[in-house]
Amino acid sequence: MSVFDLFKKKNSGTVAKDRLKLLLVSDRASCSPEIMEAIKNDIIKVISKYMEIDSDGLDIQITQTESEENHGTVPAIFANIPIKTIRNGSDARSEAKRN
Amino acid sequence: MSEVIVVTSGKGGVGKTTTTANVGTGLAMLNKKVVLIDTDIGLRNLDVVMGLENRIVYNLVDVVEGNCRIKQALIKDKRYNNLYLLPSAQTRDKTSVSPEQMQKLIDELKEEFDYIILDCPAGIEQGFKNAIAGASRALVVTTPEVSAIRDADRIIGLLEANEITKVDLIVNRIRMDLVKRGDMMTIDDVVDILAVSLIGAVPDDENIVISTNQGEPIVGTDALAGRAYMNIVKRIMGEDIPLMNLDTDNGFWNRIKNIFKSK
Repeated sequence: MSVFDLFKKKNSGTVAKDRLKLLLVSDRASCSPEIMEAIKNDIIKVISKYMEIDSDGLDIQITQTESEENHGTVPAIFANIPIKTIRNGSDARSEAKRN
Repeated sequence: MSEVIVVTSGKGGVGKTTTTANVGTGLAMLNKKVVLIDTDIGLRNLDVVMGLENRIVYNLVDVVEGNCRIKQALIKDKRYNNLYLLPSAQTRDKTSVSPEQMQKLIDELKEEFDYIILDCPAGIEQGFKNAIAGASRALVVTTPEVSAIRDADRIIGLLEANEITKVDLIVNRIRMDLVKRGDMMTIDDVVDILAVSLIGAVPDDENIVISTNQGEPIVGTDALAGRAYMNIVKRIMGEDIPLMNLDTDNGFWNRIKNIFKSK
């Protein structure tokens, strides 16, 4: 193994663990891709009332997060929503009313 | 008081049958009266792993259908006279037996044996349902691979749904050389992902291939896997045995020692 290999990429064992963690959360929640798609569309609808978002760049997935209550991890919906422009306060409110 | 343990995994080929044979033999070595039941109807295997394939007269389906008495179908082990095998039927299919019939059979065996160990078929269909019907405890066998772990997770969920709360994990075929290199998940990784209690880890040991070839369980021998199985057996009986270091025998000095030992 050369020195350069150290900078190459994550070990395959770590890759396997990370993949499994994600996979099992959605397996356990038995959340189908159709449901995920529906959630995604609803999120776009709601947030679009207030700001312009990049709906193609939107990424939503079920992951795990630390829970303070039982010192373990709990499933969480993680959404990465790129914002194009934030509409100013009064506009957003009036548009929200209209919708 | 007798204990009924199902050995299961979801995925095939991870070592359920080998685990059943070794755990059962280990318990018998420690003077427990044990019966092993092969519930994989149509794909009988536990008999060959135990080296008892030539002694089969009746099988599980014969007992359930009333073609023979239980005693007639039980095969006494070659090495330990407190160890018995109830073989599966090779020419029938999984629907030949129902969970209710399994439950009834196990209730009868409970009067006679300390431990009843059920070798579960792969999958989550009828065969799985039959195997878990009478069990109060489960050993889930997995290997440190994504496919086996995903299936184990599903199985653990199904066991819980069927009110089998005592579930322990065996991580099989660990290769410490790969773990060290970072190319295999560690035992801790697997336990962390599946979130069940670990009852033991078994190294990927060529001696298992050899002992299976010969129809001899490896438990009780000095091989690393043999010692790992004996530790699991003791933990099943409630002893508090620390996890052994699976790495020791592959160390540089031990290898040199082994070279001298073998001469």
